[in-house]
Amino acid sequence: MSKEDKPLKKVCIICAKASIEDVYATLVMANGAVMEGIEAKVFFTFFGLDAITKKQMKKLHTATVGNPGMRMPGGLPFPTWLGGIPGVEAGVSAMMKKQMDALDIPPVDEFLEMITAGGGEIYACKLAMDMFKLTKEDLHEEVSAVLTIGEFYEKAGGENTQIIFT
Amino acid sequence: MAEKEIAGKTVQLNDEGYLTNMEDWSREVAAEIAKEDGIELTDKHYEVLEYLREKHAAGEPLSIRKVGKSGITDIKGLYQLFPGGPLKLSSKFAGIPKPASCV
Repeated sequence: MSKEDKPLKKVCIICAKASIEDVYATLVMANGAVMEGIEAKVFFTFFGLDAITKKQMKKLHTATVGNPGMRMPGGLPFPTWLGGIPGVEAGVSAMMKKQMDALDIPPVDEFLEMITAGGGEIYACKLAMDMFKLTKEDLHEEVSAVLTIGEFYEKAGGENTQIIFT
Repeated sequence: MAEKEIAGKTVQLNDEGYLTNMEDWSREVAAEIAKEDGIELTDKHYEVLEYLREKHAAGEPLSIRKVGKSGITDIKGLYQLFPGGPLKLSSKFAGIPKPASCV
């Protein structure tokens, strides 16, 4: 890094989807930030709320239908009709979680705890909470507050801050 | 790469200040490197450093999650010991390479 480059001070990450890859991209980036001494604020909205909802957070899936990146083990294309068969998506998701565990990537609840242990903050979107009829009690303890988008932007101020939408 | 005298010993450091040879390490060298980053090492710090050196020598990949489960300290404690770089700074003071881990 040259002397003119100002290091990143804060990242604000917004997650609006519930698939394993969207949620983990968010968690890895947030945790990676606090590990580097960068402030991190994470905002979960719409289906992303699954990642912080006690009932859903351990049951995240990756899409086996409409996912062109999906391959069979060994690299052959994964036919869309196969992804539609009951149980296939659950099986693929379980396989992904097993592979992540082998790389020491924690489950979602533990990952949230790691982020807050480093000073990161986790928020839920008020509008989406109202839409899905969720209350603060439905959310994991590591969620610090339910915020409007305006309140989240207030927390996103300051020099060398980036907002990332996963 | 630069040669530097730390705690009466000539050691090799890379551009980011990490020892290039973990055999150059001693408790005194660690204390001096940590001091430059504004951290005074305590027994708890050394426990973490010894743990990292042991795991690195055994070829095991390191993560804060693993240190958090070592029984020495939890992840919150690790952040308190090494503010702003729980794995980066601890590895630097332990005389092992900068970790290539994303978690």
